[in-house]
Amino acid sequence: MVSKKTIEKLEMQAQEGNLLVGKPLSQWRLTVRRFRERKGGMVGLGIVTLLVLMAVFAPLISPYHPNEVLIGKEDVGPREKPCIHALGCDPEQPQHILGTDANVRDEFSRIVFGARVSLTLGFFTVTIALIVGTFFGAIAGYVGGWFDNLTMRIMDVILGFPSLLLALVIVSVLGPGLQNALIAIAVVSIPAYARVTRAQVLSIKETDFVAASLALGASGRQIVVRRVLPNALTPLVVLATLGVATAILEAAGLSFLGLGAQPPLAEWGTMLATERNNVFTSPHLVFFPGLMIMITVLGFNLMGDGLRDALDPSLNK
Amino acid sequence: MLTFITRRTLLAIPVLLGIMIVVFLLMRAIPGDPCTSMLGERATEEACLEFNEANGLNEPIYIQLGIYMKNVLTFNLGESVRFSRPVTQLLIERLPLTTELALSALFLAIAGGVPLGIIAARKHNTIIDGGTMAFANIGVSMPVFWLGLMLAYLFAVVLKGTPLALPPGGRLSAGVFPVPYYEVWNWNLTEGSFWSKFHEYIANHYIFNTFITAQWTVFWDLVKHMILPAVALATIPLAIIARITRSSLLEAMNKDYIRTARAKGAKERRVVARHALRNSLLPVVTIIGLQMGLLLGGAVLTETVFRLAGVGTALFDAIIGRDYAVVQGFTVVIAAGYVIVNLLVDLSYGYLDPRIRQK
Repeated sequence: MVSKKTIEKLEMQAQEGNLLVGKPLSQWRLTVRRFRERKGGMVGLGIVTLLVLMAVFAPLISPYHPNEVLIGKEDVGPREKPCIHALGCDPEQPQHILGTDANVRDEFSRIVFGARVSLTLGFFTVTIALIVGTFFGAIAGYVGGWFDNLTMRIMDVILGFPSLLLALVIVSVLGPGLQNALIAIAVVSIPAYARVTRAQVLSIKETDFVAASLALGASGRQIVVRRVLPNALTPLVVLATLGVATAILEAAGLSFLGLGAQPPLAEWGTMLATERNNVFTSPHLVFFPGLMIMITVLGFNLMGDGLRDALDPSLNK
Repeated sequence: MLTFITRRTLLAIPVLLGIMIVVFLLMRAIPGDPCTSMLGERATEEACLEFNEANGLNEPIYIQLGIYMKNVLTFNLGESVRFSRPVTQLLIERLPLTTELALSALFLAIAGGVPLGIIAARKHNTIIDGGTMAFANIGVSMPVFWLGLMLAYLFAVVLKGTPLALPPGGRLSAGVFPVPYYEVWNWNLTEGSFWSKFHEYIANHYIFNTFITAQWTVFWDLVKHMILPAVALATIPLAIIARITRSSLLEAMNKDYIRTARAKGAKERRVVARHALRNSLLPVVTIIGLQMGLLLGGAVLTETVFRLAGVGTALFDAIIGRDYAVVQGFTVVIAAGYVIVNLLVDLSYGYLDPRIRQK
């Protein structure tokens, strides 16, 4: 039985004139349309957009500097509960909508600025992994032979470790710190990109348009860069979006263990870690940073899933 | 089937060797010479000469690698500087807790994830489906350590005094201790022998040990302490399993044999259970194997949150305390365990789907 909703949708499409006749849609427009039909993907996009805005306009949104210690400046103590005037908090008291942390800093400001750290970190980690992974995957797939074998065996070994564990060991060699955590997580996520690129290259290599390019005298590099990679882009975009989510989650884990971002930097994982022993007395200092990590990861996960569905028409019924 | 098993097992060997080489090289990449980093304050000049000689550090690097591999294969993982004990002894003490934690979490993930996935698929495109998938999406995005802390707060502070209260950390309550089964049953084990070590290792699986020896008070205490960490650790795998089960079952429900089963008059329940579900469980099995990596990695975080003395916390302490023999030994053992679990999953996949054996 065809549901009423489906009929309405078909009607709408027919009215727009693209069901049977009318002007054809470009691949790009089709993707955008399919993405917009996915509720989850749109929610994810919304969350990510809000977070990016929050990171960009952090100094305007936050009432205090994230590292500003308020001792002597205001009548507040350490680890004070949230105080919102609109919700009946004593107007005499200074307003801190998420309370203050152990060093009497405004928790809300730190949370807002934390978006900058997490988003930058997720973006750079994925960029590094994407560039390195695509480079090796493309060459391995195109050249084949011993290089292919060696690269893929190395990737197998990296995948042989539980990812957080390998990241942990790499950080222990490089030393704790945000930058080293970033490198460690990038290294751990390289195999995924390398494998996907290689698989795409292997299948695209056999197509007629590549054979045509070869016949026209294109060099191997030209073929890989001009013909193969653009066609391998789709799964990489999806993987990269989901990769940002994983990277943020793993970076938060490393920071929680004290191996990632170091205090006083306002990073959610670190903020949560420094207060974890006080969770029973000041739960708000653990709750909000963790909630932000979850929302951010959720946003990228939803967006990635939506993109995958939109870019892969075979999944559309 | 035998050729399939042999081929898959042989393929795992280079990965295991590669893991050993990577860990070895990573440990060599640490700035400073191994002697000072291994012995710490005890690294006098004489001690270092002796240490280098004893560990073959004067040999060329490829011979050192050979020595190291030989040692690993004979279960000689070196000695912990901080505890002055062999790394294998530490593993005997620490590994069982992590195994029990990971297995409990895996059990919860399967027991919760598969039924949730089935319900979502059966109620496809209803509010139940939407709700379940929203829950799964949130579950996948959950930082384990945060969930752990929040659960601890909820069950130890908010629900304090109610029957639902659970301990926020530790493996056992103070004063409670399990008696190993070999002592309960008066076995004669030679101190320090391989078999005594072996039984010590098995008995350190406290939940298993107290269960087979019927020490119920201790058993319940252990279980109570295990619930929160296991739930925290299980959340992500549970959500992933629910999603895979749902999509895989939905796909199977569209197949011709389902229409055939319905056409011959089979009850809906039977169609789902006997025809669709069985055929849709293959991807679920694969994903369960892959989850072991998440569980082992997450164990480091969960054990830290709940103050459990398992492999994760030991490894973390070793990294902070620069106890390289422990980092090296534990990493190799965990990674090897992960590779072996995945090998078993691959083998079971071949067993469940004969087509894969043919390849």
